[in-house]
Amino acid sequence: METFDIIFYLFALITVGSACIVVFSKNIVYAAFSLLFTFFGVAGLYVLLQADFLAVTQVLVYVGGILTLLLFGVMLTNKVISVDMKTGTLHAVPAMILAAVVFGSLAGLFYATWSGVTAPASSIISTARPIGEMLMTGYALPFEVASVILLVAMIGAAFMARRPKKL
Amino acid sequence: MSVPLPYYLGLSAVLFAIGVIGVLTRRNVIVVFMSIELMLNSVNLTLVAYSSFLGDVSGQALVFFVMAVAAAEAAVGLALVIALFRNKQTVNIDQINILKW
Repeated sequence: METFDIIFYLFALITVGSACIVVFSKNIVYAAFSLLFTFFGVAGLYVLLQADFLAVTQVLVYVGGILTLLLFGVMLTNKVISVDMKTGTLHAVPAMILAAVVFGSLAGLFYATWSGVTAPASSIISTARPIGEMLMTGYALPFEVASVILLVAMIGAAFMARRPKKL
Repeated sequence: MSVPLPYYLGLSAVLFAIGVIGVLTRRNVIVVFMSIELMLNSVNLTLVAYSSFLGDVSGQALVFFVMAVAAAEAAVGLALVIALFRNKQTVNIDQINILKW
């Protein structure tokens, strides 16, 4: 299976490279657009992991919803007249050290708990049906709580972002 | 499915570290948001990888809830940013210090 390896490395390269552009680019618009490629790369990795339903949901929710929101945020919060699209960085060295510590501890944790799982689910079936059954039976209460959270967030966001009414 | 599990886990650790760097170094609130989304995505990737390699779908149900909370967080956070920008005309987190004393 050489093709799987090549596709995995391709998606991993796209994901990590565009994530680096998101974080290190001085231009916010470039960062927002390269976030698109990060989301698509992660969706491709989901497909490689046989999570087809989640890949579609990733594209729908992140690319269709969150990225659009972020782009609106970028466009609404940049001064149009004095073009101030550039942003600076600060605390570079402590941040690098902390990120290295985080990466090392995560990698160590993964390495310690890995325990040589090599046999993936061999049968390729659609995951939409098991996820749906799980959400309707075992995870019914968290599902309802998540829907309430979404409703509250929607009302709160609309309330906060609205222009305050003149008294 | 010939790529072993540690490759996926290492990739998501790299993504999480990049997100940490973004949260700690950038001054723009929007970029901090994007970095938080990166970290959420890396956690989702870990969950999906474990779920796929262990043959258990409940990890993917968890990813579903993470996505719902991420959407709520992005909506509320951007509404806050826009309200702050309307009041203070900036999205620089060094100048949004009205909660400090």
